[in-house]
Amino acid sequence: MPEPVIKIEGLSKSFGANHVLDHFDLSLNRGENLVVLGKSGSGKSVLIKCIIGLIQPEKGKIHVLGKNVLTLNQTALDYIRVKVAFLFQSNALYDSMTVRENLEFPLRRHSFQLTTKEVEDMVMEALQNVGLEHTVDMMPSELSGGMRKRIALARTLILKPEIILYDEPTTGLDPITSLEIISLINKIQEKYQTSSMIISHDMKCVKLVANRIAMLIDGKCYAIGTYDELSASPDEKIRQFFN
Amino acid sequence: MFNQGTDIKTFLNETGEIFRFALRFFREGFRPRYEVDEFLRQCFVIGYKSFPLVALTAFIIGLVLTMQLRPSMVNYGVEVQIPAMVGVAIVREIGPILTALIFAGKIGSSIGAELGSMKVTEQIDAMEVSGTNPFKYLVVTRSLAAMLMLPTLVILADAIALYGSYLGVNIYEPLTFKLFFKKVFDNLAYIDVIPAFIKTFFFGFAVGIVGSYKGYYSEKGTEGVGLSANSSVVVSSVLIFIIDLIAVQIADLFQ
Ligand SMILES: Nc1ncnc2c1ncn2[C@@H]1O[C@H](COP(=O)(O)OP(=O)(O)O)[C@@H](O)[C@H]1O
Ligand SMILES: [Mg+2]
Repeated sequence: MPEPVIKIEGLSKSFGANHVLDHFDLSLNRGENLVVLGKSGSGKSVLIKCIIGLIQPEKGKIHVLGKNVLTLNQTALDYIRVKVAFLFQSNALYDSMTVRENLEFPLRRHSFQLTTKEVEDMVMEALQNVGLEHTVDMMPSELSGGMRKRIALARTLILKPEIILYDEPTTGLDPITSLEIISLINKIQEKYQTSSMIISHDMKCVKLVANRIAMLIDGKCYAIGTYDELSASPDEKIRQFFN
Repeated sequence: MFNQGTDIKTFLNETGEIFRFALRFFREGFRPRYEVDEFLRQCFVIGYKSFPLVALTAFIIGLVLTMQLRPSMVNYGVEVQIPAMVGVAIVREIGPILTALIFAGKIGSSIGAELGSMKVTEQIDAMEVSGTNPFKYLVVTRSLAAMLMLPTLVILADAIALYGSYLGVNIYEPLTFKLFFKKVFDNLAYIDVIPAFIKTFFFGFAVGIVGSYKGYYSEKGTEGVGLSANSSVVVSSVLIFIIDLIAVQIADLFQ
């Protein structure tokens, strides 16, 4: 019996007359890479931003590691946000800070009691994971798109999260860099036994990372299955993603 | 189509939104956790960024105003009153309003652009998931810093403009530094100085809060960021004149 680390039930969110999510259900099991597949503008980012409490849905429940994030106070929510990391589509590196300061930010802000040495070690370990130790004193603007993505990934890893939410990790990157990011995602899952929810519509990426795929269509979880199961589906709505 | 009806409606809507944003500043700003480091950094950045421009403009205005007033004053045979007159003009109105407008152009746009680009590249969301309240970290610190730095800049600008005026007087006739400033201050009452000083806190706060608001709710895309920077300047400049108008009415009550 797989153990769900995230359990979403009946999630609904609209912006005015735009019903983005409509009774959406989905579970993420421990240790798996679950891809959420959907067209651009279908509400994928809204979905994962609800999980981390950045967007408040109108209806539904989101249990993360056994707690309903929609009813938590700030302290409890911050605790969840240590366990659940988020890789933003636009990386969200702080422009005004160096790579080191970017990586230190979550460590310092989540009020852990860490010595300078411990912080330094954690920064270097995170950078080692993405192979970019030499950029530690550079500014984000000095880095290429792929490097920025890797630094952003290092920043999400620094708190040793149990769950990572990836928002379109390969969008906007060239094919070779995309493959590097994908192999990093797989490496991280293996090394730290994380559970990941990966938003994507890049089928090459999907094929390489997904243990299961959930299809977000018309605000609902339209179908769920492995790559092979879904790609063999006769349903036109599903098939169009796999051509 | 240009439609004044909807324009007025958007304007009123926006005013309401900015007002609510300002209320949030008072609700959240005075509760821990206090972002002291970021606040001090912002004070430095804001003051440092605007000082050279403020100083240069103030000096030129003081000098030019004095030189241009001179012919009429000579006509009436009251050129000895130039320091007194320039002093009132600068301290009561020109110093505060000029500095505030430069401040709006320089600081309002830079806060709008900075927070706008942080918004569209999800840096504000990233702060929020990193155990940080972005409203406190970004908005409260910048608005408070703007509110405190503008009065400081105005005092400096007044002093520099008066110095410019002193040089302007000396082009035509020798007048000692001491005597010049004695003439200026003899003519200035507290009722001139205090309201002029108090209103600058409101000017500064207006620039900080409007810039923050425009950036914080910036539209997606690079045009969105440009628009935030631009409309920060427009809206805060208009607000500065409105506050100035209200301030003069209130100050009048005490005359
Ligand atoms: N803050 C917001 N205000 C209004 N509409 C929004 C907001 N965020 C997202 N939307 C709308 O929700 C829909 C889904 O957006 P999103 O989740 O970003 O799509 P994607 O699947 O490409 O990530 C889009 O139509 C978008 O316009
Ligand atoms: Mg998206």
